[in-house]
This record gives sequence, structure tokens and C-alpha cells, in this order.
Amino acid sequence: MIQLFTRLRDMLRGPAGAATMLAATLVATLPALMPAGPANAQPLRLQITEGVIEPMPFAMPAFVPEDQGGAQYSEQLARVVANNLTNTGLFREVPAQAHIARVSSFDASVSYSDWRAVNVQALITGAVSVQGNRMRVKFRLFDVVSGQQMGQGMQFEGTTTNWRRMGHKVSDAVYSRITGEGGYFDSRVVFIAESGPRDNRTKRLAIMDQDGANVQHLTDGRDLVIAPRVSPNGDRVVYTSYAGGSPRIALINMQSGQRQNVGDQPGAMTFSPRFSPDGRQLVFSLARGGNTDLYSLDLGSGQQRQLTASPSIATAPSFSPDGRFITFESDRSGTSQLYIMPASGGEARRISFGQGRYSTPVWSPRGDLIAFTKSHAGRFHIGVMRTDGSEERLLTASFLDEGPTWAPNGRVVMFTREAQGGDPALFSVDVSGRNLRRVPTPGPASDPAWGPLLP
Amino acid sequence: MKLTSKALLILATLALAACNNPRAGGTFGGGGDDGFGGTNGGWSDGSIQSGALGDPNDPNSVAHFQQRIGDRVFFTTDSSSLSDEGRSVLNAQARWLTNNPQYAIVIEGHADERGTREYNVALGERRANTVMQYLASQGISSSRLRTVSYGKERPVEACAAQRCWDLNRRAVTVVSLGRTS
Repeated sequence: MIQLFTRLRDMLRGPAGAATMLAATLVATLPALMPAGPANAQPLRLQITEGVIEPMPFAMPAFVPEDQGGAQYSEQLARVVANNLTNTGLFREVPAQAHIARVSSFDASVSYSDWRAVNVQALITGAVSVQGNRMRVKFRLFDVVSGQQMGQGMQFEGTTTNWRRMGHKVSDAVYSRITGEGGYFDSRVVFIAESGPRDNRTKRLAIMDQDGANVQHLTDGRDLVIAPRVSPNGDRVVYTSYAGGSPRIALINMQSGQRQNVGDQPGAMTFSPRFSPDGRQLVFSLARGGNTDLYSLDLGSGQQRQLTASPSIATAPSFSPDGRFITFESDRSGTSQLYIMPASGGEARRISFGQGRYSTPVWSPRGDLIAFTKSHAGRFHIGVMRTDGSEERLLTASFLDEGPTWAPNGRVVMFTREAQGGDPALFSVDVSGRNLRRVPTPGPASDPAWGPLLP
Repeated sequence: MKLTSKALLILATLALAACNNPRAGGTFGGGGDDGFGGTNGGWSDGSIQSGALGDPNDPNSVAHFQQRIGDRVFFTTDSSSLSDEGRSVLNAQARWLTNNPQYAIVIEGHADERGTREYNVALGERRANTVMQYLASQGISSSRLRTVSYGKERPVEACAAQRCWDLNRRAVTVVSLGRTS
């Protein structure tokens, strides 16, 4: 049993991670929680065979409706949770038609033998009730193999318009308890929705749930917009807009919808903005006279500061989570490579030394890894390396992969993939390189920017 | 005789190559927001009619600038250096601009799709600036010159192949017809 969780955590952490407090607690309490299961039960363990994970089978019966209003959400909530877990590649759903036991009451005792008989290892039960536009969602998680509940039951309350978020909250709790990792399902992604011919694309700023649901457009498509980034708490989005006929940084307040240009300098193009971890500054690129350097902007005072002064391109900056450093790309060596410098500017240290060109470095929210785009020999890759440049690993390969963005828990990277001659689409991949998936969008999409876990 | 036919073939090839420019010029710089030319068709259509742009045979017409001189220069991968051919196009552009001082110019820098979005904006700016500096060195007042980079956002050729990328790595000199752009 301990072995199962240790291995699952190792797999999730990757080579560079560190165990979280939660994971340590979970492991320490496991022996007491989970005595040996029945002798004929399959051992609860994830098997890794030649890099392929054997996903953990789980059951997610429909949420028990506790009143008439809850009935319409009972199946939908279960689908949201099941899809989230399945999409991680770490879990496999045992479908309802295979279930022997029926969960008709949230508080009834669990018939573990019925679940074991259909090889379920993790059972999630839920209940939902609706009063007016308010809803309450409850769940419990059971380790079927040992015949024990895992952790306490939980409940969430909110408005019915946020019913999918309730499902995401349940998913995050289940994922965290089993893996020891932070969740990421209750989060949103800002991206660029594309339409029209390739040589005259319409691009609109858009936002959706992490799983592709609830797409909303934030701009009308009249102006070309690219490369959005979300503020640390999700209250603002910065992006590059051609509204004035030239690339400039625009900031949109997600509450009020108010838009403004920031960081303008006469005669210069400004682009590639990103927030500092405290949300008070931007770091961005400014191009003038054939040269592109990095600047920071204090959003409160409007004060700007030049961070690089090199006769070369410096762009795609990203802060370390502690705000002390900035990683960026520069072609000062002749080709694009990755560098790290103090957040106030100063000497930059090159960290990429492999073959090919390296671009768009993005610091992991955990601080341990930097994700990047690499192009070499006509192929593009999303990769990760440690912050000192060691242990480079390529996670993907295609005609064009670019622009990684981290899930809030640092476990998954989303990026733009464009097949040769095809339309761009959003994809995600686990930081281990497993579980490459297309993220569903209504049309062609690019430049994803993953927002924070919602409160 | 053999030599003559070979020379003719070369001439024909050159003529064909020269024809690419006016066709590619159909988007009027590729900014896509001024309505000229609209979207590009395939290889066979898209010839520019003179219309309001003037007669290409008139050396002071915008049509002449676009079709006979060529409104754009091309770059090799990841480079912003001018080729000999590019310089001769810009020399002719500079002569036209000197003779037609009423026009202002926006130089658009573009990149092909084989790079990341942000880097390509910077690369496009570098290319546009190279052209601007060159035109300024030929006596064009910098007050008439402005640059904008579109990065890889406005390819003029849609195919995902080398022959299209070669045409997309470009800087386009867009002459203003008294419109605000």
C-alpha cells in the first residue's frame, strides 16, 4: 500500500520535484488507515511498464439527488469528475453499466465486495441538492481495496451557474488525496480563438474552463491580438494588441471588462508581457531601432525600468515564483537560447546548451523546472529543464509545438500545436511526457495561458 | 543557337519570378485592414488591376512602385540582412520615393511560421528596421518612415512549405495614399 502511493507520487513528481507536506502526511497515516485487504483482492497499485502507466480504476456513480432540483445535476456532476480524472491519464473509469452496487443514499454503507468484484480501486460517491439558485454538493472517497474511507467527506456550496466548478472542486480533492499533489481542475485558461483564412486570421481573446467548457470571448476580433498572460490571482489579463496599428500591451480587468494600454513608449513596439508573482509589475519586450530589450513596468506608479541592454533580441520573459529572477530568451549568442538574470536586471547566465534554438522559457509554479520551446532539425518540441539547465527532457515533438504554460500545480503543461498545413489547437502533456491530449476548443486555438486555481 | 535558347529560358524564368511580386503584392502590404486586394488566391489569379493606383507604365504611379519596382524584399531564415537583389529593389524604391515626396511609408516586417510568436515579432521589427535604415541612407527623410512588425501573424502565402516561407520572410514598403493607417 505504501509502495503504491510512493510510486504514484514519484511518477507525478518527476525527477526534479519535492514531496509535498500533504503527501508525507498521507503516507505516514496509511498503515493505520488501510489494513491488508481481502486475500483475493487485487493489490491497489499503479504499474509502470516501459513508461506506460496502468491507470487506477475508479467508479463515479451519479451523484445522489437529495431533492427534486438536484436531479438534473446528478449525472452531469459525475461526468465532470470522471472526465477530469480520466484526462489525467492516471485513472480509468469503470463505467456505470459494469457496477453491481447501486448508490441510492449518500450515507448508506459501501458494499466493498461489489466494487472489488468489478475491479474498482477508488470509489467516489456524491450527493447534490438545489434550493432556488443555490446548490450544495457533497462527496466521499473510498479505498475499495482496503475497505476504508479516504479522508473526510466534504461539501461545497454555491450558485447553480457554477455547477461545473463544484464538479471541479470534487475532482481536485480526489486527485489531491490520491496523488498528494495540488489540484488544477478548478482553473481557467485564457487563449486566442482563431478563425478565417491563414493569411488574414481573425484572432480573439477568449477564456474557458481548463477542460474546454464555458468558452467566452473577451475581444470582438476586429484587432489582431496575441500571447495573453493571466495575473497571479486571475483578476487581470495582459496581451499584445494591434489595435493602434502596431503591437502594444493591453491590460484587461476581468471584473469590469475595462481595457487600457500600458507600457507605451513613443516610437516603440511593446509585446510579450507577463506579470510578476505579486501581480504589481509587468516584464515585457520593447523593440526600437532594430533591437528588442526587456523592460519592467510598475503598474501602480507607471514607472519603467530597462532590464537588458544588448544589441540583440531579448523576449519571452518569465519570473521565478519567488520574484527574484527572470528567465528569457535571447539571440545574443547568434541563435535563440535561454538565460536567467536577477529580476532587477544585470548579468544574465545562459542555461540552454543543447542543439537547436530555445525559446519561450516559463518558470514552473513550483520553481524547480523551466518549460520551453525548442526547434531543431525542422521539428519543434516542448521540453523542460532544471533551472540550472541540467536534465533537459523533451516532452513532445511535431511540425510546430510552441508556447508552454503551466497548470497551477506544476504537473501539466499546455501549449499550441499546429500540424503541417493545419489549424493550430491546444494540447496538454504531463510533465513526465505522458498523456498528450488535445484540449477541446470550438475552433482553431493558440497561445494558452493557464490561470490560477480558483478560490 | 543552344546558347540563345538557354538565355531565353533564363529570361523567361526571370520574368516569371518578377511576376510573383505583383501577385504577392495583392494584399497591399498584407496588413489586411485597408481593403486593398483582399485575400490572396492561388498562383494563377490575383493580378493587380491598375485602377486608382495608376498605370504601372507611369513611373510615378503607386502601381509602378508595387509591380515594376517591387514593394518588398525577402530574407533568409532568422536573418535581417539585405541581399544584393534586395538592395537594388530598395534603391529603386528610394528613387521613386524621392520623386514622389507626397507619400508616407510604413515598412512592415514579417517572419515565416517556423519560429515562436514573440521571437518573430522581434525579428520582424529587425527586418523592418533594416529596410528603414537603408531607405534613410538613400536620402529618404526619416519623418516619412515608420515601421511595424507583424511577426508571423500575416503570412502572404498559406502553404506550409519552404517556397511559401521564403515569400513570407519579407519586409513590405507600404506607401500611404493619404489614408491614416
